[in-house]
Amino acid sequence: MWWALLFIAPATVGLVALYLWPFLSTFVKSFQDVPAFGPATYTGLDNYVELVGDGEVWKAFGNSALYTVLVLLGIPLAVVLAALIEQVSRGRSVYRVLFFLPVVTLPVAVGMVWRFIYNGDFGLLNYVLSWFGIDGQFWVADPRFTIYAFAAVGIWMGLGINLIILGAGLQAIPKAVYEASSLDGAGRVRQFVHITVPLLSPSIFFVTILTVIAALQMFDLIFIMLRSVNNTALADSKTIVYLFYEKAFVQFQQGYGAAIAIVLLIVIMIATALQFRLQRSWVFYG
Amino acid sequence: MRHTWTAVLAAAATLLTACSSGSSDAAPSDGKVTLTYANWSEDQAPAMEQIAAEFHKENPNITVKVQTLPWPEYWSTLQVGAAGGTAPDAFWMLADHFREYAKGGALIDLSDTVKTAGIDMTAYPKAVSDSYTYEGKIFALPKDFDTNGIWYNKALFDAAGVKYPDDTWGWQQVQDAAKKLTDPAKGVWGIAAPIDAQGGYYNTILQAGGSIIKPDGTASDFAGPEAVAGLKFWTDLQKAGASPTLKQLSDTEAVSMFESQKVAMYFSGAYWALRFHKNADLKGKVDVAPLPQGVKRATVTSGIGNAGYAGSKHPEELKKFLAFLGGTKAAEIQAATGTVLPAYKGTQQPWLDSMPEFKLQVFIDAVEYSVPLPVAGNTAEWQGLAAQYLAPAWDGAKPVEEAAKEYQTAVDQVLAKQ
Repeated sequence: MWWALLFIAPATVGLVALYLWPFLSTFVKSFQDVPAFGPATYTGLDNYVELVGDGEVWKAFGNSALYTVLVLLGIPLAVVLAALIEQVSRGRSVYRVLFFLPVVTLPVAVGMVWRFIYNGDFGLLNYVLSWFGIDGQFWVADPRFTIYAFAAVGIWMGLGINLIILGAGLQAIPKAVYEASSLDGAGRVRQFVHITVPLLSPSIFFVTILTVIAALQMFDLIFIMLRSVNNTALADSKTIVYLFYEKAFVQFQQGYGAAIAIVLLIVIMIATALQFRLQRSWVFYG
Repeated sequence: MRHTWTAVLAAAATLLTACSSGSSDAAPSDGKVTLTYANWSEDQAPAMEQIAAEFHKENPNITVKVQTLPWPEYWSTLQVGAAGGTAPDAFWMLADHFREYAKGGALIDLSDTVKTAGIDMTAYPKAVSDSYTYEGKIFALPKDFDTNGIWYNKALFDAAGVKYPDDTWGWQQVQDAAKKLTDPAKGVWGIAAPIDAQGGYYNTILQAGGSIIKPDGTASDFAGPEAVAGLKFWTDLQKAGASPTLKQLSDTEAVSMFESQKVAMYFSGAYWALRFHKNADLKGKVDVAPLPQGVKRATVTSGIGNAGYAGSKHPEELKKFLAFLGGTKAAEIQAATGTVLPAYKGTQQPWLDSMPEFKLQVFIDAVEYSVPLPVAGNTAEWQGLAAQYLAPAWDGAKPVEEAAKEYQTAVDQVLAKQ
């Protein structure tokens, strides 16, 4: 008994110190007015009441929701790409490495590079668009486009991990199923739709869960691409986690920031629980 | 459903633990003490190292470790550290953050140190030293200061046949010159007009006779006639097309536009001098003139202060180090390396001599008519609202009066929360 506890201690201690305790302290802070320094005072539900009436919070949730929906569009893309890579007979790992590179690249570097690509005056994207006679835009300086611009980067950055998970899922599908179906005259496309996708659905489901959670927590892109340069589009492009950072760490309102974090936690819980409910109708556990 | 909750909690946990902290540690077993000294500038770090080494030479028992943090992380790291007891011993402070730290008791009181070490507070620009005093106590000694001037590109002025700016210039001359210098065919603009408080509209509001924040600090003045005139100085330049648009300035910072010779004039501080000096493309092309005169002369000024952490394990050594930082030797090292304009009176000559191609005396002369950067209430919060409220005035979607009024209302709401 004691030995067992000793063996799980390293993991448990880390879990409590790094996850559980900060979580509890955030929860408590969300009911307090916490000045930058000095004692906090309990204010009951004040933070939450203020939050509900705060247009900035609603807007930030709206931005995060839009971003999440857009990034989810990357999943069908990842499924198709994973299936295609599986078809490649030589150099499969080269493709995997190429798609995985963004995952191991420093987000700061990624953000900087994309800022150049999106630059309205000398950006690569506008240059390419000009070949097709399309007018360039200020992708990350015009609040109409920022969330879409972030989503494109988000999809690109998430692709590597998704491909690895989906690729592993593909390996687990028995080859016999494909052989049997081709004897029955099924083509590549029908095989993809009727065999690959259903048998891959547990992996797709897993990837979807991870993507939604990560997307709702998007922070680094906006921080690097907008904040560091005094961008005027920032006010209209804040995501919920960015707003949390701003309240808690720039404006010294830790209590209010904590309340935002708790609400986001609840939103993520609901979104995840909802997905588990919905999976019954489409995930096939063979 | 158990795995649902595991996933949910894991997600929650990663979210809620997204903070970090710096630490300072020392084991004074043999009377030797190590202090940490945090800053946010790669450019200035070598000078800080030199100061630390010089201090160590005078005080062999005290070693100072210089920590350079990236600007975007500096304040969150410092705040978390100060609240959690792991802050650096000495660190740079800014006027707009100062009040929260002083009020919260996070800073070591230097009032006695000033007396015992015989530090002459009148050696610093009053506008800067005043901003580091809270309830009559001194919590930081000015390290440097900056005032604003017109950085201009001589080559672009020559090409357009416009006379260089000088101390006779008023607002009208800037407006006229900016229009004449603008050449859309070449992609050159007369001036950069971003929504910039410190280098931009704070100065023009003051020059128009406005006050920004009312003297008692309980309300702002952005919508008064003087303030509106000060804001219009910039929106007029935007309207005339004499500046890159807000979107362009969001994509590419004003200073980068100036460095790539896309804009001929850039209102900003002395702190760019070293960067322009080191830029080979700008050799012989850049100089600086005083800000133009409105109804009167004015520039905001601010400066970094050196402050100490109240929870430091070595308060006596820390005070000694802070006194050293506030003294002439530290100032001279900064001046000689051209790092910044040191706050200590009479130590600025080496700084002037280090970059003789610029008329840097402009920045020192400006101390005479300088006004402290406005701070009141939760300064970071109301300053953070500026871009969103003023952008419609800048890009012409709203009359300046209306945008200014809305901004004032928003600022006053923040100030009322005190």
